[in-house]
Amino acid sequence: MRPEEGTLISRAQAMAALLELLTDQPVVICNGFPSREAHKIADRPTHFYMIGSMGNAPAIALGVALAKPNKQVITFDGDGNVLMGMGTLATVGALKPKNFIHVVFDNEVYGTTGNQPTISNVVPLEKVAKSAGYVNVERVLDRDDLLYEFKDMLKKDGPSMLLIKVNEFVEDAGRVLHEPPEITRRFMKAIA
Amino acid sequence: MIESDVFVQAMQDMGVNFFTGVPDSILGGIIAELMNRRLYTPAVREDEAVAMAAGAYMAGKTPAVLMQNSGLGTSLNALISLNVIYRQPCVLIVSWRGQGGKDAPEHLVMGEVMPQLLDTVRIPHRTLTERTAIEDFRWVAETFMKQQVPVALFITKGVVKGLHP
Repeated sequence: MRPEEGTLISRAQAMAALLELLTDQPVVICNGFPSREAHKIADRPTHFYMIGSMGNAPAIALGVALAKPNKQVITFDGDGNVLMGMGTLATVGALKPKNFIHVVFDNEVYGTTGNQPTISNVVPLEKVAKSAGYVNVERVLDRDDLLYEFKDMLKKDGPSMLLIKVNEFVEDAGRVLHEPPEITRRFMKAIA
Repeated sequence: MIESDVFVQAMQDMGVNFFTGVPDSILGGIIAELMNRRLYTPAVREDEAVAMAAGAYMAGKTPAVLMQNSGLGTSLNALISLNVIYRQPCVLIVSWRGQGGKDAPEHLVMGEVMPQLLDTVRIPHRTLTERTAIEDFRWVAETFMKQQVPVALFITKGVVKGLHP
């Protein structure tokens, strides 16, 4: 069954719930629709919107987390992205940055390119992360659980992964309006 | 031959304070020295290293990524769709395997086309020699921060002391 039984929430709904709990934490958001949706829901200077380099969002967030050990760093990622850069789960698991929270919106498809299936319906990515050395790992299907677990992760030492099963619905969100060098500049200023 | 500790000190003197990468035999001495100084964060793929360096840069560090030139192939998309378009500078310390056609077969094509490849994607590069080292380091220091781009410093076999001289 696709999406997973009991999954009703969209990625944008899940993202909006998470962003309400965040204030000035750096958030690195993967390429494709996730960046466009985050930009539409709440455009904050602490957001780093990616438009390319698929699979590398957690690696960018890891670089920020290592350089700023006193700031909690979040990355918004997707199942296709995690599968593409799966080695980074191992790097995070080995380095164990306490200030690292990896949120994966898992809709089991490459949504930006036309909903071709990924393989996350048979590969449980949160279990891969757990085996690789992530300290806290949760898989949630609804809004109440996601709020409870994310609040809990914000209080705990990481690295943590929150995998949220979401449906394939895509918010009507245009491209991110800021030019890439401007995204770099304002993100750097906001997290300095 | 340049000593590994001299090379690392030169990098630190130009302000580089975040080192990551994937090893190569030519870079073995440099990585050992970086590990001695507790400056090295190992990555599992070169594109991951480039992305980590980009994150560290945005969080206030001055990054360098070490890799074999085969890793330029692996990291090419990150270099051009992250570093180049987002203007994120980084020193790429790249070992030049396959230079002059004398190496294992898997290195020969990249060894031959590497300078053209970087010219094509507009990443400035230079080859380190012992005679011109001071100038080479100065060029790196001036270019990557001024132009806000990744720049590559090629290390050929025998120029920086390795683990097994």
